[in-house]
Amino acid sequence: MALRILVCVKRVPAPGARINITDDGLAVDTAFLGFTTSPHEECAVEAAVQLVEAHGGSVTVLTVGTSEAEEQLRYSLSVGASAAVLVTTDGTDWDPQRTATAILDAVQVLEANGVFDLVLFGNESADSGGFQVGVRCAVALGRPMVNGGKGLVIDGEFAIVRREADAGQEVYRLPMPAVVGVKEGISLPRYPSMKGRLASKKVEILRHESTAEAGGQRLVTLARAAEVASSTVILGHGTDAAPAVVDLLESLGVR
Amino acid sequence: MMLLVVVEHDRGVLAPATQEALTGARSIAQRLGAVICALTIGAAADGLAAELDVATVYQAHDDVLGDYGPEAWGETVAAFVRAHNVPYVLACGTDRGNEVLAQAAARLDVPFIANCSDVRPTGSGIAVTRVRWGGSLLEEATAEGTRLLFSVTHHAFEAATSASANTPSVEVFEPRIDPKLARTVVADRVDRTAGVTLATAPFVVGGGRGVGSPEGFAPLEELAALLGGVVGCSRAVTNNGWRNHTDQVGQTGTRIAPDLYFACGISGAIQHWVGAMASKQILAINIDPQANMVSRADYAVIGDLHQVVPAISAEIKRRRAERS
Repeated sequence: MALRILVCVKRVPAPGARINITDDGLAVDTAFLGFTTSPHEECAVEAAVQLVEAHGGSVTVLTVGTSEAEEQLRYSLSVGASAAVLVTTDGTDWDPQRTATAILDAVQVLEANGVFDLVLFGNESADSGGFQVGVRCAVALGRPMVNGGKGLVIDGEFAIVRREADAGQEVYRLPMPAVVGVKEGISLPRYPSMKGRLASKKVEILRHESTAEAGGQRLVTLARAAEVASSTVILGHGTDAAPAVVDLLESLGVR
Repeated sequence: MMLLVVVEHDRGVLAPATQEALTGARSIAQRLGAVICALTIGAAADGLAAELDVATVYQAHDDVLGDYGPEAWGETVAAFVRAHNVPYVLACGTDRGNEVLAQAAARLDVPFIANCSDVRPTGSGIAVTRVRWGGSLLEEATAEGTRLLFSVTHHAFEAATSASANTPSVEVFEPRIDPKLARTVVADRVDRTAGVTLATAPFVVGGGRGVGSPEGFAPLEELAALLGGVVGCSRAVTNNGWRNHTDQVGQTGTRIAPDLYFACGISGAIQHWVGAMASKQILAINIDPQANMVSRADYAVIGDLHQVVPAISAEIKRRRAERS
């Protein structure tokens, strides 16, 4: 069975050792940062491409953002996706309800050509971490959804999702069409090949203008979390420090 | 006015995160002027009522609630909120906690704010402080509405230790869930055989790029075994294919909270730090005294982990031999 898969990705700053905030306190200062695809979603794209390599079908990628997010769509195209959709925004921080509505509207337009067997999301975005956009889309579409997928295989009409839990691993058996939130580690993303890079430049990116209205959550301001005071106790240098380390362990009850 | 705490449990075993949620709920309820009630989902959890220090425990019973299922649990919370006109719902921001509240919020079409460290009332809703980037950024946000769902950041509140002083009153709630939602109930499990996990180990010995190779982890394995702990690693290690992703500590890996975390040859990128920062104490072992991890750690040894780690194991064994 050839699979139609949609993967929703997010463009996020690639953080260095420190994240700085803009003067108005509303965004991460990206003057000295590059951008990347949020890690869970990068793995979702790879997982989708591997499924299509095994079963046939196609992978479409979608993002909500400004024209700059085309960079992430092109990257996904260079590693195996064959179509891309940009849902355009004004560049401000959209709340999760609004983002979900924008994606949902676009999915409904795209599904005029046939339903997606699978819609994949990252477990949560690396930057805003709302933990809900995929779930909201799935509920609105009336489709089964589990988050946290670290394994995904197809068994006939079912998507088998494996995820880690405190007590071990849980296995879910979702009738398709289904929605899955994916975690990093489900796959090891490949690097784009030269052929893939060239092919990605030729794909026309579909644009969808969103009319989604703001939801109930509103960003007021961002701040860096308080730095941990640097009061590191140096226990020693090299192997000479071993007894001091074991003293510390004994103070914690190690015998 | 009710502040409903969704009780996280696995087939009747209480998740420690629930007690964190209850601690958080206590300070938040006071400010919101709300009474804390708890919702246990599935008859397997009926026995948990005595462990919950709340006014009333509602026990949701339905055929679909035999095991965990995100849709069935989310629908249960949504049905309860509708039936009792609940203004505030809280859970701990674990994988399940966030998943269930997202499902419930989607069904109710109301806001859900994940991973709050503080919640305060405004005239028309709530103002929160929440974590972004896994905890390295704090966001001030507001949410408007008469029904608001939020989770509290995992590890932000101490788990309540005291059992219930008063026996809560108990009421059964029947959500009458669409049997179709059984489609996302856990279908099968691979239970962990034995031993501690990265998330629960009292000691974690973590290795980073400085370990240099898959074989370089052998001394870290030895030290972890001596301490009854486990080995973890940074994203650089998994990206190099040296260890499986299940060992990764970080924003996109596992969040750890051991008594002591050994960070060996780990520079301390944000991605890793936010997964390790809930550790009670951190000991960095690094050749670079300027490394981020060294300046953020409680303790540090400046030196080559390939020599320092075996020396620590040798010292533990020497002292044990002396005592026996």
